[in-house]
Amino acid sequence: MKSLSKFMDSFGAILLAVIWIAPLLFAFWAATHSTSDAVNLSLFSPWTLDNFRVAWNGAPWLKYFMNTFTLVTVILIGQFILTTLAGFAFAQLQFPGKDFVFILVLMQLFILPEVLIVENYAMVSRFGLFDTILGVGMPYMASAFGIFLMRQAFKGVPIELHEAARIEGCGLLGILWRVYVPLAKPTYLAYALVSVSTHWNNFLWPLIVTNSPETRPLTVGLSIFGAPENGVDISIISAATLMSVAPLLIAFLIFQRQFVQAFLRAGIK
Amino acid sequence: MSAHVNLERRRQAIYGWLFLSPAAVLMTVFAFYPTIATLWSSLFSRNTRRNPTEFIGTENYADLFADPTFWLVVKNNLFYAGVTIPVSIGIALAMALWANSKISARSFVRTAYFTPTVLPMIAAANLWLFFYTPGLGVLDQIGSVFGLPSVNWLGQPETALWAIIIVTIWKEAGFFMIFYLAALQTIPEDLKEAADIEGTSRWTYTRRIVLPLLMPTTMFIAVNAMINSVKLIDHLFILTKGGPSDASKLILYYIWEMAFAFFDAPHAAAITILVIAVLGVVAAVQFFYMDKRTHYQ
Repeated sequence: MKSLSKFMDSFGAILLAVIWIAPLLFAFWAATHSTSDAVNLSLFSPWTLDNFRVAWNGAPWLKYFMNTFTLVTVILIGQFILTTLAGFAFAQLQFPGKDFVFILVLMQLFILPEVLIVENYAMVSRFGLFDTILGVGMPYMASAFGIFLMRQAFKGVPIELHEAARIEGCGLLGILWRVYVPLAKPTYLAYALVSVSTHWNNFLWPLIVTNSPETRPLTVGLSIFGAPENGVDISIISAATLMSVAPLLIAFLIFQRQFVQAFLRAGIK
Repeated sequence: MSAHVNLERRRQAIYGWLFLSPAAVLMTVFAFYPTIATLWSSLFSRNTRRNPTEFIGTENYADLFADPTFWLVVKNNLFYAGVTIPVSIGIALAMALWANSKISARSFVRTAYFTPTVLPMIAAANLWLFFYTPGLGVLDQIGSVFGLPSVNWLGQPETALWAIIIVTIWKEAGFFMIFYLAALQTIPEDLKEAADIEGTSRWTYTRRIVLPLLMPTTMFIAVNAMINSVKLIDHLFILTKGGPSDASKLILYYIWEMAFAFFDAPHAAAITILVIAVLGVVAAVQFFYMDKRTHYQ
């Protein structure tokens, strides 16, 4: 009886797992076979890499990759600087108006940047940042979520370390840099993984703010490449899709534990 | 002594505001000011060549409330939320219970569940396109084995929204699973042992002990899922573009379309304000109700 239920559990779990990765497997199948073999699911048809070649030549992918890479880097650097400073101020400094500002920050958690696309678009254009990577990144830099995360991390630092550094003659910025930042390393790592995978995958805002292959990130490039107007077939779309998710997917499969831990840490705190 | 304390206090105030100012400036520029500007512009008429902008009060809102498309989109989004939230929570729970139990191939199972989380929504949509395409798609191929007719899943109003919903559930369930997984690992082993000694069935144990202990996590996930039901619309751009005849159009897509395809910023602003109001209510409920009832850690 017991072993039967255990078998049923394994069976159900594995069945669901197979269903869950089926879309990826089918895309892999389609990408490595000719279109007609792919749609007919002829199991013994020959493998080919032609689709990847056609897809790669069909759009400036290298540029898109570079753009996405630059974008996530710019956002991450901005977020690290801004949220470290603000998180530290909220965690360890006393100043008038602190509680009020903190409530404002919490409010921003619920005003999704996605919803404010119209006015943010106007704002980015006003600064002359339309169709620039900085323009795509700017609205995400002062992340309320990040400030909150850093504040929690810094609050956990023992005050004795702070005092000791001060007695040694360290200035406030020095204390922040030498005491707090090193101790918050796991939080930074978690935040970095969450931020990179969020912005690597972001679509709507970059779609609005970019207008040329010079700035377009992968997601927007992929959506244009796969648009039905372009008449690209399913094998080539699959190849392009796999190409554009490959870096993040491979990174995830290698550093799976860290990824899961990062999302947990970022979510629960 | 008091002079020293005063000096220290002033120093902290200066540093505090100095450290805060870069974030405060950007937040004002990209969140607070735009919110107010959206509210403001929702009260004005659209700027056309013939008629310049003028103050019209709540007319934009009245237009929306009189527009059947608006109500259809609201209904779609409520349906979208009403299905994706409970179903993805249910699947996430099942996934976590399985991934936490002693089954074979556990690490493969966990990886498979979580993988969609790291894919962009656009890529997910492309993958699913291969399933949904009529005639060629995997679903139709499977159907034809059983002699079922070809179905245009994305092309007919009855199924288009469902097709969208399935992609969303597929994308978010694995993400929610990890929160359940973490919570499950904090449940002490002796509870299970005690239940075993008492001869409690596994179902009773799950229902009476595990589920109540997971309640805070469920609340947390529910709020996230609610936000996602506003936010996750990227796949519409690939799969249906809101069609056919608006059957799968969701609010955020509608805002985008209104502002960037029809260039009707005032009405887009009015919808935005309504969405922010709803999100605000969700935030308030979470803040005042759930935080008190289910705080942990």
